[in-house]
Amino acid sequence: MSAFIRWVRRNLVVIAGLLTLAFLILPNVVVMVFSFNKPKGKFNYAWQEFSTDAWSDPCGVADMCGSLSLSLQIALWSTLGATVLGTMIAFALARYRFKARGAVNSLIFLPMAMPEVVMAASLLTLFLNMGAQLGFWTILIAHIMFCLSFVVTAVKARVMSMDPRLEEAARDLYAGPVQTFVRVTLPIAAPGIAAGALLAFALSFDDFIITNFNAGSTVTFPMFVWGSAQRGTPVQINVIGTAMFAIAVICVLAGILVGNRRKKHA
Amino acid sequence: MTDTTRGDVRLSGISKTYGSFTAVHPLDLTVPEGSFFALLGASGCGKTTTLRMIAGLEDPSSGTVHLGDQDVTALPPYKRPVNTVFQSYALFPHLSITENIAFGLRRRGIKSVKKQVDEMLELVQLGDHAHKRPHQLSGGQQQRVAVARALINHPKVLLLDEPLGALDLKLRRQMQLELKRIQTEVGITFVHVTHDQEEAMTMADQVAVMNAGRVEQLGSPADLYENPQTTFVANFLGTSNLITAEVADKGADTLVVKAGDAKLSLPTARTSADTRTGEKVLLGIRPEKIALTHADEAGTIAEGRNRITGRIAQSSFIGVSTQYVIDSPAGNGLEVYVQNVEADRRLAPGAEVVLHWNPEHSFGLDAAQDIDAGTEEEVAA
Repeated sequence: MSAFIRWVRRNLVVIAGLLTLAFLILPNVVVMVFSFNKPKGKFNYAWQEFSTDAWSDPCGVADMCGSLSLSLQIALWSTLGATVLGTMIAFALARYRFKARGAVNSLIFLPMAMPEVVMAASLLTLFLNMGAQLGFWTILIAHIMFCLSFVVTAVKARVMSMDPRLEEAARDLYAGPVQTFVRVTLPIAAPGIAAGALLAFALSFDDFIITNFNAGSTVTFPMFVWGSAQRGTPVQINVIGTAMFAIAVICVLAGILVGNRRKKHA
Repeated sequence: MTDTTRGDVRLSGISKTYGSFTAVHPLDLTVPEGSFFALLGASGCGKTTTLRMIAGLEDPSSGTVHLGDQDVTALPPYKRPVNTVFQSYALFPHLSITENIAFGLRRRGIKSVKKQVDEMLELVQLGDHAHKRPHQLSGGQQQRVAVARALINHPKVLLLDEPLGALDLKLRRQMQLELKRIQTEVGITFVHVTHDQEEAMTMADQVAVMNAGRVEQLGSPADLYENPQTTFVANFLGTSNLITAEVADKGADTLVVKAGDAKLSLPTARTSADTRTGEKVLLGIRPEKIALTHADEAGTIAEGRNRITGRIAQSSFIGVSTQYVIDSPAGNGLEVYVQNVEADRRLAPGAEVVLHWNPEHSFGLDAAQDIDAGTEEEVAA
């Protein structure tokens, strides 16, 4: 008995870590398992039997793949927009002293801090008053707006910690302004920019509240899932969820592998 | 003359002001081609600003920078044939050692860099580390990469901004010799900024001592040490005993000065102050130039030497030498370093002694200056 207690004591950190991991992963596992279910009724909430029906026909549900493709497009464009704008803002805030710098610096956090519902409602008011047609463009504008602050935060942290001498060294070593930016500044800021972009993609792809307010008759993937949850959940939703999860895991693993190989190589 | 100034660095009337603060007062400086030149001074004296103006990283408020016959004042840093070794090394963290060193060549469109990079790695003895990243190297190794990255471009001038500041003492000694070896090997003009007087003296052919944005004195290390012309130089380079004295008699080559009850002679040639009889002058003497004799044996001291009587206040044994602090009517807290060859046991605190030295070793300074300028306490404050 005391041997067991000692073993627990020695491995307490590992045990706690594994339990936390299980807590995090469990929902994903459920989603994955139920993607192989063959439900009896409209709702995929009780396990019936193993089947690959949904996997062999992922777009078998009306309108689902259309909304998925729309969500992916919006996510890509808003990631691009927010990353480019956010990176520029971050550089401006980290490097230059200008009049409204303090104001910009704090206002940029507002979208992060404000309740989404409030932001969604006020955006809708703005769009309606401007007479804008609700749809793809209003969703995109809204997404770029709230992704921006996350990109700025991620990139700014990176730029602030960057040694300004590095750019001086590049200029000293015959690199003009463009070369300095492309060869030194950008590669060093890249991890921050990548982190910001990933965050923006994830936030945009699964945003529901702001999108729902400003979408008009357009239906994104989260809106489709929400809508179908009222009437019945097709297994394909789990298929898409599992696929997204798998892609994310593969990306992370690939990143780790590349990192390890680089380290070994060096 | 025009022929010899071909590759010199010439600063003419160059200055830098930030708002109302003057970092560098207009200064003229010529660094001869192929020399190892040190800008020495405490932090904030304007030496790094001067260096950055040569590099082009700082625009001078006035004056010009010439490299040989070329006026480079208006050129951006990437168009100047000058390279810098930064204090923090500023190695590119995302590039391998090879790519760090090849950076300058590649930016100038040179494709085949391998041979030159290998030569450079050899020069700085880092051949085995070519594929590593900067963070995988030690401080000393990073420092050598920074040197190689600059030297590979065969600049007309290599600027070194406190390159050894981040290294520990032992490594710093080693790198001093290493840098000196490299400079001799490649024959490029080195301009070295440092606050470490020992470093400047060991490495440089010429040293410019800077203080508060001005060059106090320029010369070879031996010249600066033996013949300082300001109290700052006298105190900043090594230690000096500065004795306030009054000019009693002015001969052709010798001044006779009075300090306390002592009459001391001072070579006119070694006196930077123009003083008349009856005026004050500072007589300087380095602690190692002074010999100590116990008062009982004062008679054995040779004629013609400067002598001061005093009492030992403190003595500390250093190993190769013993350092004494002596109070005398001529001045308190005089320092004397005596080699531990034949130690006289009577030379202990409280003993009455005679300090004596060859008058040729004395130097005279203008008494209007701050007598403590450049001392450690003063520099730290």
